[in-house]
Amino acid sequence: MIDKSLIDYWYEKLKKEAEESGYFLNPDEEFTKSLIEGLLINQERFGYFACPCRLASGNKEEDLDIICPCDYRDQDINDYGNCYCGLYVSYDVYTGKKQIKSIPERRNLKKKKREITISTLKLSLPVWRCKICGYLCAREEPPEICPICKAKKERFERFI
Amino acid sequence: MADKNKKVVLYALSTCGWCRKTKNLLSQLSINYQCFDVDLLKGEEREKILQELKKYNANLSFPTLVIDDQIVIIGYDEEKIKKELT
Ligand code: SF4
Repeated sequence: MIDKSLIDYWYEKLKKEAEESGYFLNPDEEFTKSLIEGLLINQERFGYFACPCRLASGNKEEDLDIICPCDYRDQDINDYGNCYCGLYVSYDVYTGKKQIKSIPERRNLKKKKREITISTLKLSLPVWRCKICGYLCAREEPPEICPICKAKKERFERFI
Repeated sequence: MADKNKKVVLYALSTCGWCRKTKNLLSQLSINYQCFDVDLLKGEEREKILQELKKYNANLSFPTLVIDDQIVIIGYDEEKIKKELT
């Protein structure tokens, strides 16, 4: 069992972080807290915030794309108004103009490596892309923490 | 009235919000169902249930509700569940 005060703590923390970077937690507090409890249970099980609505393997490398916030959050919010679990929602849902719903799974278990076509451009530095929020930066290595969404270095990919 | 003669199997995760909503709805409708919380299963048992689930939902997503081994409802779909079971 996860302590209620710990769930409350993470609820406030995630809510604040979301709102500071232009995201919104689901305003249905009870539902949202049950998902946060799921995240905390997975944190205990695996050592990371594996998505509560997906079956994690327990192997961090394999699960990297579904560590919350997952690689699919932004696209799902755009297309449907909420992430797969319903933890993060669009502004319309947040303000009650739209309802959340159960949406199709976007993750393909047989992950396709995205083709990176290296252009003929001569760049003085590689460009790194945050897979969570799309932030781009040109430097030798990705930053330790994404300055926009706070994702860790391991969630960056080489973009160009 | 709920149709109690149907075989209803729910593949779920104990941590998932939509799975919880599905469980609540089934209880509310007084449906008897068998539930597998796959994240709580280990080793061989988990493999066995996943193989079973794969037949109905190759994507292995949750919740997946299977009625009489034929009707498959993927995700939380209140309307469809009510339509099939009441
Ligand atoms: S963003 Fe939503 S769907 Fe993605 S891991 Fe977090 S809770 Fe799950």
